[in-house]
Amino acid sequence: MKDGIAHTLRALHHGERQLARDLLAVAERHAEEHEVHHVATDLADWSREHADRLAEHAAGEGLRLDDDTPEPRSGEGPEGLLLLHDLRALHLAATENSLHWEMLAQAAQATRDARLLELASACHPQTLRQTRWTDTLIKQVSPQVLTSL
Amino acid sequence: MKADRIADPWGARAPYRRHDAWPSRVDAYLAEGVEPGAVQKWVGAASLLHSGGDAMDIAVVDGRMAGVRGRAVDRVSRGRLGPKDLFGWQANASPDRLTRPLVRRDGHLVETDWDTAMELVAARTRELLDERGPGSIGFYTSGQLFLEEYYTLAVLARAGIGTNHLDGNTRLCTATAAEALKASFGCDGQPGSFDDLDHADVIALFGHNMAETQTVQWTRVLDRLAGGDPPRLLCVDPRPTQVARHATLHLAPRVGTNMALLNALLHETIRHDRVDHDFVEAHTVGFEELAERVASCTPEWAADICDVPAARITEAAELVGTTDALLSTVLQGVYQAHQATAAAVQVNNLHLIRGMLGRPGAGVLQMNGQPSAQNTRECGADGDLPGFRNWQNDSHVADLAKVWNVEPSTIPHFAPPTHAMQMFRYAEQGSIAMLWISGTNPAVSLPELARVRALLAQERLFTVVQDLFLTETARLADVVLPAATWGEKTGTITNADRTVHLCEKAVEPPGEARADLDIFLDFARRMDFRDKDGGPLIGWQEPEEAFEAWKRCSAGRPCDYTGLSYDRLRDAGGIQWPCTEANPRGTERLYTDGITWAHPDHCESYGKDLETGAAVDPVEYRSLNPDGKAVLRAAAYVEPHEMPDDRHPFQLSTGRTLYHFHTRTKTGRVAQLDEAAPEVWVEACAADAMRLGLGEGDLVRVATPRGALEARLRVTDIRPGLLFVPFHYGYWDTKEGDGPDGGGPGRAANETTITDWDPASKQPLFKTAAAALTLVARADGRYAPAPTTTASAPSDPDSVPATAGGQQAYATQNSEPGGTP
Ligand code: SF4
Repeated sequence: MKDGIAHTLRALHHGERQLARDLLAVAERHAEEHEVHHVATDLADWSREHADRLAEHAAGEGLRLDDDTPEPRSGEGPEGLLLLHDLRALHLAATENSLHWEMLAQAAQATRDARLLELASACHPQTLRQTRWTDTLIKQVSPQVLTSL
Repeated sequence: MKADRIADPWGARAPYRRHDAWPSRVDAYLAEGVEPGAVQKWVGAASLLHSGGDAMDIAVVDGRMAGVRGRAVDRVSRGRLGPKDLFGWQANASPDRLTRPLVRRDGHLVETDWDTAMELVAARTRELLDERGPGSIGFYTSGQLFLEEYYTLAVLARAGIGTNHLDGNTRLCTATAAEALKASFGCDGQPGSFDDLDHADVIALFGHNMAETQTVQWTRVLDRLAGGDPPRLLCVDPRPTQVARHATLHLAPRVGTNMALLNALLHETIRHDRVDHDFVEAHTVGFEELAERVASCTPEWAADICDVPAARITEAAELVGTTDALLSTVLQGVYQAHQATAAAVQVNNLHLIRGMLGRPGAGVLQMNGQPSAQNTRECGADGDLPGFRNWQNDSHVADLAKVWNVEPSTIPHFAPPTHAMQMFRYAEQGSIAMLWISGTNPAVSLPELARVRALLAQERLFTVVQDLFLTETARLADVVLPAATWGEKTGTITNADRTVHLCEKAVEPPGEARADLDIFLDFARRMDFRDKDGGPLIGWQEPEEAFEAWKRCSAGRPCDYTGLSYDRLRDAGGIQWPCTEANPRGTERLYTDGITWAHPDHCESYGKDLETGAAVDPVEYRSLNPDGKAVLRAAAYVEPHEMPDDRHPFQLSTGRTLYHFHTRTKTGRVAQLDEAAPEVWVEACAADAMRLGLGEGDLVRVATPRGALEARLRVTDIRPGLLFVPFHYGYWDTKEGDGPDGGGPGRAANETTITDWDPASKQPLFKTAAAALTLVARADGRYAPAPTTTASAPSDPDSVPATAGGQQAYATQNSEPGGTP
């Protein structure tokens, strides 16, 4: 298996397991929020299943992924991987900002705060374009980087 | 009648009235001592050294080329030829043509036989496919091969090797034309026709020095200017080009500000309601957003940015806004800048909101530079799939897979085909380990040459170069394959207005040189590429068979060739695609009856964010444009990335001169053309020169943060604050051969340019760098070696002797129909 793909499998396996744990933790912490509690619990199952299927796939290719697999240190490794790591980080950061814009816009609507709403509507589309840009670049660069290592 | 066609590149006038047919004039040039009666045969071809597609016949005497003659009946040129057509063919017979393959042994290129060279290439390919996969192999091709060759290359790269890395040097040239057409009309394909020049009332040339790039079509404009009801010209160009000199209105904006100027033109058009609302309603989406985006783009706002008086912008808006027949043309001044696609799209927008499309005299020409750039695009040898198929549309990929009889998964379509600049980055970073370069010279033509040379010279990169001469790039190769050229092989080329011409073989190539098609086929045979039933993936041997195969691939697509054949092209001359059995005379204009290829199911592209290049996804496109209309895409002006400062107070633009093509590999080997412009020069305006105490002919140094070059100064009427350097000059005819002499001053314009590109078209920025200008040595009575006939004309005409070709440049011009030289 290509090193780049192995690296990404490990990272995603770790990520899915972590997301499953996080979903469960959120479900516990907000047990009173019924929708969150139930749906988060269901979604945790998806991630657990993803992690299992990843492990199974990797095993077929001779790569062991289990609970002890250390998370690959992000940003480590060859130049290309670093670029992908950074693009991913940018994408997540932009997504976070996008959600914050959305929260502000919702709040502005609720409070009839026209100025705040205008601000959010003016800026939020550009935040979304930022996420589309990082997504486009990741789509372009990853096949080359992950298959060349 | 004879004329010195170096001194007068456009030749004699044949005035004609608006809506009349352009009179013919047959131009011819025969080698010294060859009488017309001695010509044994005339063989049909079309221009190779620009995108005009001028039809001509090659004179053959005793198996050698002896001259050329225009073809009066051809729709494109009506018999005319430009200086590069008249004289350029002589380069074919240069004594330093490559005649045998070369391979690198112990650091040196040594001659070998074809079998050894090709086996080496095939062995390395197999090794890489085994060890690292198809993504480790890239192909960089040209805009000067034939359709049959690109198509074969596209099949072998995309379905044979299975790599996504195939692009042409058309990336430097017409990538923006294609991208802008895709953005506006959903699909590539030139909307207008050169015949619109006969009918237009206003011709607006945006960054298009037609007088030097398409000399024959400029002759047509001159003939109309000399006749009744002449057109009015709007010229947007920072240089005093011949177009500017003949223009009703010339705007010379600061480079990198086209977007602001165009938004102001749109602003005025909308403010005065010069809008064809019925057309907008019936055929476009996005008008509201466009109107909103340009609402604040007043002429006063743009005047500051562009450094052009607001009153001139208002006048320009009136010119394009009030005419009944507007023809716009667009080229490098727009395409090689940082907002290339965004600005080119605004020209489309202007036509769309004014309803200036699809009728005689009302159209857009997003121009090409190279003779077969259009073929590179339609055959999928650049960043698109063959036949303008959409890589994001699974049914298009499946359809292509059916044509090739392979599984759809064989054709990489998980990401857009890799553009050239990215391919070179992959080669630099090591993930591309083999680069096959055909018919182009990146060691001179790409930006930031120091980087390109280092990248190509890497030990770990296996480079194959296929060319006529030992170019700067070939000197860095591992394998050099000697190619045949125009006149020595057969194939078709399609010009900038979709006219397809057949170029036939007139003479044998020198030595063991082979047609590019034969080289690709030899490789395909060695690699034994198979379709899904085990048959040969590429089942053709001859050019005509390749053409027939391409016809099947083009069937039902916008660039439909099914009504064409070699025989028809031989008889009829140039024919414009689409051409089908139902429509055998071809198609003069696209979009005469609505927008045909923008429907979500048919479009070649869903578009891109013009400012970021982010892909628009299919769902988004469908909701934006469910009925397949033209899309009015708006964008805001953004300042160029590199602006002048104290250390680099000038802006620097690079470009061409009339007498040369590309890196001069051909034109530099032709006496008439070489002597007209023998060396690199730099242009600055009189005020800037005076301020710095510089004068005509002084040896100066032009430096940017990337590198520097030395050249003699030509003082012209160029816009103040701007320097211009022609990009043709490299090193093959210097002592070093492949780069500046050990740390000495460079000669190539691209020593100074920046590695940066338009986000949507990925076309590099050759026109906006910040630069410093300093004196190296006084002129001492010498002049800059720049032509006086063109944009490089001196501001004081008496300061420099006029460019002339003398006896050797006398060519005949015959206005009698059917006349021979
Ligand atoms: S030199 Fe002109 S024709 Fe050649 S690639 Fe550049 S723009 Fe195109």
